[in-house]
Amino acid sequence: MRTLLLPLLAVTILYSSSAISRPDNLAKDQTLHRGNGAEVQTLDPHKAEGVPSANILRDLYEGLTIETPDGEVIPGTAESWEISDEGKTYVFKIRKNAKWSNGDPVTAHDFVYGLRRSVDPATASKYSQILAPVLHAEDVIAGKQPVGNLGVKALDEHTLEIRLKASTPYFLGLLNHSSTYPVHKGSVEKHGGQFSRPGKLVSNGAYALQEWVVQSHIKLERNPHYWDNDDTIIDTVYYYPIEDQSTELKRYRAGEIDRTEDIPSQQIKWIKKNLADELQVAPYLGNYYFGFNLTRPPFKGNLKLRRALSMAIDRKIITEKITGIGEKPLYSWVPPGINGYEAAKFDYADWTQKQRVEEARKLYKEAGYSRANPLTVEVRYNTSENHKKLAIAVAAMWKQALGVKTRLVNEEWKVFLENRKQKQVTQVFRAGWIGDYNDPYTFMEILHSKHGLNDSAYYNPEYDALLRQASMEGDPKKRFAIMRQAEELILRDHPVMPIYSYVSSHLIKPWVGNYKPNVLDHNYTKDLYITKH
Amino acid sequence: MLRYSFRRLLGAIPTLLILMTLAFFMMRMAPGGPFDTEKSLPPEIQANLDKKYHLDEPLIQQYGRYLLDVVRGDFGPSFQYKDYSVNELIATGFPVSLRLGLSAIAIALVVGVGLGTIAALRQNSSADYTVMTLAMTGISIPNFVLAPILILVFAVYLGWLPAGGWNDGAFKNTILPIIGLALPQIAYISRLMRGSMIEVLRSNPIRTARAKGLPERVVILRHALKPALLPVVSFLGPATAAVITGSVVIEQIFGIPGLGRYFVQGALNRDYTLVMGVVVFYGILIILFNFIVDLVYAMLDPKVRYS
Repeated sequence: MRTLLLPLLAVTILYSSSAISRPDNLAKDQTLHRGNGAEVQTLDPHKAEGVPSANILRDLYEGLTIETPDGEVIPGTAESWEISDEGKTYVFKIRKNAKWSNGDPVTAHDFVYGLRRSVDPATASKYSQILAPVLHAEDVIAGKQPVGNLGVKALDEHTLEIRLKASTPYFLGLLNHSSTYPVHKGSVEKHGGQFSRPGKLVSNGAYALQEWVVQSHIKLERNPHYWDNDDTIIDTVYYYPIEDQSTELKRYRAGEIDRTEDIPSQQIKWIKKNLADELQVAPYLGNYYFGFNLTRPPFKGNLKLRRALSMAIDRKIITEKITGIGEKPLYSWVPPGINGYEAAKFDYADWTQKQRVEEARKLYKEAGYSRANPLTVEVRYNTSENHKKLAIAVAAMWKQALGVKTRLVNEEWKVFLENRKQKQVTQVFRAGWIGDYNDPYTFMEILHSKHGLNDSAYYNPEYDALLRQASMEGDPKKRFAIMRQAEELILRDHPVMPIYSYVSSHLIKPWVGNYKPNVLDHNYTKDLYITKH
Repeated sequence: MLRYSFRRLLGAIPTLLILMTLAFFMMRMAPGGPFDTEKSLPPEIQANLDKKYHLDEPLIQQYGRYLLDVVRGDFGPSFQYKDYSVNELIATGFPVSLRLGLSAIAIALVVGVGLGTIAALRQNSSADYTVMTLAMTGISIPNFVLAPILILVFAVYLGWLPAGGWNDGAFKNTILPIIGLALPQIAYISRLMRGSMIEVLRSNPIRTARAKGLPERVVILRHALKPALLPVVSFLGPATAAVITGSVVIEQIFGIPGLGRYFVQGALNRDYTLVMGVVVFYGILIILFNFIVDLVYAMLDPKVRYS
């Protein structure tokens, strides 16, 4: 009976509205000023990359799904969906009252147009890989199939069908990524590459683009046609590109911005003492690690040495004394914070540092090194005060525990990346990754032998096979179990040394209401409000 | 004079060409490309991007294409800021930098010349020492120390002025950045002015003027000031070009949408077209300002005549 039912089983998901309760003491002027890191590269959702543009695009556009302030995936422009065909077919109902900022209705055709544009080689999107789970997406990106073959179809004005290559349990979480947003066909066709300019940009989110003065600010105003406009409280939001965190802090203290994008870590002590109530630190889905170059000596085929170096790092001291904002020592590959996934851990995760150092000494000796014949190693990092401090600390720990001689090499970002990719001169290199979506796969895939971020050149056929198995597995529990197994392989093989898991850190004025931290650090302005102050 | 000007401007063309060629190939020699990110792109996507921006063509062909575009006055699309062309970025950034730079240099000129003259007239007095100590301090304190102090005092503690931002060029947003830009220049100019004024005051024409019994005010203003200004004028050419092409540090700290930031960010992002555009634009400006200075020089110094 069960076998008969399963293929027919359709899952319908309906959520209640995410409406926020309106407090009584609202300020008259509902304007939010946000610091936003670097200048955005583009407001074309299909060409965008990086956190600064993602922040703004999340206010301007709306995907099929959105997130609650806590980070839970809920219906966005799609009011409901059905999943069938063993998790491979999704049918979305588009809200009938969803409208573009010029009043046009948002239809299933707009999503088809947007998704096709996103994978079209002519768009040259850097993030179209996000859509890889969609049927034929990879072939379309590679130019092997026409764009029309992408597995998306408008069944009628308000019904959208998306067919997947394989069941992808995190697929709904991808649908709030900017590369899946719809774009307004009429204005894109009329204005071409300039459609994302003020006065031309038509968007379907809670806000519309009002001004964009490059390197100065971007101003968004409420989109009166937005389907949930009645529940949106903030009228205007300004985004300021401020790359220097000390500058951002000063502007925050002068009352010019309500929320900082980051904090200067060298001033954390001062902030904790003087602005403790306004500091919001929360786990952030990212790992900071050192990678080994496995293609060359001394680390090629030398597991004992890799293990020894990793064990000799006192991650507690690093997170307490060096980074100090609230980062957590990391003994797994996948950072904490993914719902339902319990990461595997190093076998020495629960040892004392003394035990680890003892074992490290033993391994170091077995690997053929000693105080008389020490290892000389290069640690390479991209130029930054924080990376330097951390690298110095690691070098000191290695020297003290094992007698390793470390040479620190800092390089400008692009030179550094080039060297990491070439794998010719690197030995130990700094790296880090912030998850694209809330699923372990976003970290696991990095160490796949074919992946573009596998600068260690880790290759374990068993690992690749497990990842393949995980991407075909429809049952979420089994899938997580497979990934945990794969993670155990990484921890056993030691191609990388995870050091700490990231935190997001913002200063937020007390009058900004309903702000909640979440592990992807996604905040929608429409969920916030300003109280009297 | 006209012929001289024409010759000078014509001579600028090979200079610019050499500048462009060097910048073009040096930029390409730097490791990494405009689209490199931490996660290397799948080859198909890299190919799509390269095709779109003509990076798949042989380098020499790209160079030729670039030269032709520049002759037509088109610096191409920015690789980094995908919604804008380099022309547009320069057109929005330059007026901002120009306004700040010219204001700063004008203030620096008036204050610097004034202070320098006072110091020269009261040589070795306490006024002289005060001015020179201040000038030395101004030269020694770098912008990245001075600007944050200005912000802390005037914006954070006193709350009189904004801590940053451009606010469409509102006057109060320009005060601190202009001061930040002007102070080091004031320091230089006052030192230059003092030195040259002392020298001029001891020269024969001034001695003659005094012997004729002219009042001291007339001696200084009519006879000493003009020749004493000469070293300042030759300093002004490169200084003005440097200040109005934008101070990266000041722009970064105050969040000002000027030209200086594009240059640095363009280089770091390997935004080839943006860097090239700014380099060529800077080149033209520097040539232009040196030329203007030479003309002014001729007006001030009877010994210099162009024909």
